[in-house]
Amino acid sequence: MNSTPKVRADASVYDDDIVRKFFTATVVWGVVGMLLGVIIALQLAWWPANLGLPWTTFGRLRPLHTNAVIFAFAGNICFAGIYYSMQRLLKTRMYSDWMSRFHFWGWQLIIVSAALTLPLGLTQSKEYAELIWPIDVAIAVVWVVFAINFFGTLAIRKVKHLYVAIWFYMSFVITIAVLHIVNSLAIPATLTRSYPVYAGLTDALVQWWYGHNAVGFFLTTPFLGLMYYFLPRAAERPVYSYRLSIIHFWALVFLYIWTGPHHLLYSALPDWAQTLGMVFSIMLLAPSWGGMLNGLLTLRGAWDRVRTDPVLKFMVVAVSFYGMSTFEGPMLAIRAVNGLGHYTNWIIGHVHSGALGWVGMITFGILYWLVPRLWDRDLAYPKWATTHFWLATIGIVIYTVAMWVAGLTEGLMWRAVNDQGMLANPAFMDIVHRLAPYYWLRLVGGSMYLIGLLMMVWNLIATVRGARPQEQAIPVPVVA
Amino acid sequence: MTDTTQKERFHRRVLENKAGLFAIVTTIVISIGGIVEIVPMFTKVAGPETPDWVSPYTPLEVAGRDIYIREGCYVCHSQMVRPMRAELLRYGEWTRAGEYRYDHPFLLGSRRIGPDLQRVGGKYPDAWHFEHMRDPRSTSPGSVMPTYKWLHERHIDAADVRASVVALRKVGVPYTNADVDGVAASIAQQGQGIVARLATAGIQTEPDREIVALIAYLQRLGVDGRRAIEAGLTAPTKAE
Repeated sequence: MNSTPKVRADASVYDDDIVRKFFTATVVWGVVGMLLGVIIALQLAWWPANLGLPWTTFGRLRPLHTNAVIFAFAGNICFAGIYYSMQRLLKTRMYSDWMSRFHFWGWQLIIVSAALTLPLGLTQSKEYAELIWPIDVAIAVVWVVFAINFFGTLAIRKVKHLYVAIWFYMSFVITIAVLHIVNSLAIPATLTRSYPVYAGLTDALVQWWYGHNAVGFFLTTPFLGLMYYFLPRAAERPVYSYRLSIIHFWALVFLYIWTGPHHLLYSALPDWAQTLGMVFSIMLLAPSWGGMLNGLLTLRGAWDRVRTDPVLKFMVVAVSFYGMSTFEGPMLAIRAVNGLGHYTNWIIGHVHSGALGWVGMITFGILYWLVPRLWDRDLAYPKWATTHFWLATIGIVIYTVAMWVAGLTEGLMWRAVNDQGMLANPAFMDIVHRLAPYYWLRLVGGSMYLIGLLMMVWNLIATVRGARPQEQAIPVPVVA
Repeated sequence: MTDTTQKERFHRRVLENKAGLFAIVTTIVISIGGIVEIVPMFTKVAGPETPDWVSPYTPLEVAGRDIYIREGCYVCHSQMVRPMRAELLRYGEWTRAGEYRYDHPFLLGSRRIGPDLQRVGGKYPDAWHFEHMRDPRSTSPGSVMPTYKWLHERHIDAADVRASVVALRKVGVPYTNADVDGVAASIAQQGQGIVARLATAGIQTEPDREIVALIAYLQRLGVDGRRAIEAGLTAPTKAE
């Protein structure tokens, strides 16, 4: 994290300086994003934690938490992993060193602007697209530079064949650009306020087409790409099935984009759109599990190493949580199930089994795998990594179970009708009170996850302190 | 089997070696779903209804809605009554598509930490909202909602609201030139009405306080729809 060598635009070595930058940003923003999560969890359990200040209320901090975790923590590890693996898969340095750095500093500036504007109440209100229009413009510019650098690197590649990880990265680069631009179309009223060009349910449909594909193409496809690179490397086994990777890639990217309307079931959105959203969400189970199986079966013959290697432990649990949350998702998209689960804590539990379980755990696995390779140092405290793993895993289980119970409790209490045909729980507040113990339990689970993360931070700092990493030469590929 | 092998061969020999072609195919594949779902929403046949029984928000309500967005009220409160027995009993009539006609952005919400607000317009007196924002536990014992005391002190700026109305007109809300020119007067008039009602409950405030704008917006929520439903102007009720 310090003492990185001066950048040299030398085409004979990999640009690992940029990877170290994104690596460090991942760790820093991970702490910020998850600390915010613990704070807002406390606010629901104990309202005085809102502090009576405009800038610290739940309504303003919750979007900051989601943005920090998705775009700062998850975003930075995607970029770190892409810059590391892409150069090695294609046996070339990135196309442009300044574009890589523009991408890095631009992205961090966007995150800092988010951290300043959201507590000030400057927001567009669309979930995961809250940032005000000038920041949206900045995101588009930085993304275009990243895309040019990405495709430029593909153009100068020394290995003709595109490995499956690259396919997933490509779908990430293209789809996020499309989603961001279409969903952000708005007319400014002032420098900090704008109104979307879409109205009412059309706006809602565009937003959830964007919103669910932020899950699909920001938290799923790039991470599957990372899985396809880092899991076989860590397990030292080839990917289980090439054919499965083709089928599940195309099915996944085709089906995902249709699923947005499952966020609007039972709304007044036209029925045809609701039905399409539900049907495609259910179909999505197949390619999702295709990816999970391809990941887990890659470990065949290496399962004994899962017992001893914390990197593989994190990755196995990550892929398992991917499988579980992509099973739960299609179930929740069934109209009748959604009728019970929508608007409840069940959804929060579902999201976190994906975010903490899949995205978080695979990120930790990649960070632990990368750190010795990026800084030429062995991990300072390998046993701490195992402790981190258990804290995180048990923390997620406590978190999701608390939210399942809370979600079912409120969902059932909202709808309960007595013998006279009247509401069994007419006072909404009675239901709110019933959830308090689960909010505290969720706080315990989330805090365990955060403590594990802090152990990792200490471990990584101890590992890289004083390290003087060498630049790694790019091997000349054998002509195929 | 031969067919699969040939497809696989095409994938390996051609697609996996041509980055540009791969990118084009990917772009097409990820575009189909969005086009099929979103484009029809702009048509009369398949899109949401655009009834004439709903009217645009007044300038004061626009200001209140901007405050509702700024404070993230939508993070904990939905605006969507689903066509289910228990929801009709708890909140009132289910939400019709046309009610959102002038909502830029939509505020359906995704979580009900507090109750749905679609039909909150007219449900409580203005003074209730005034006290509730000052101290939610004074009106709703045991509430987990934060306090919003600053709304009672901060002022709205008519020029700022006018900029919002102008921008909303650009995205299709049918405000007339007279509406735009009369923003300040409209705010003062509607604000004074709320101040007068609050005064009858013994509350003193000014018409340009943020809390007044927020009350104006909350009291408007779901009102057009409820009136239209009561007058039989909406399409027949969904079977549920």
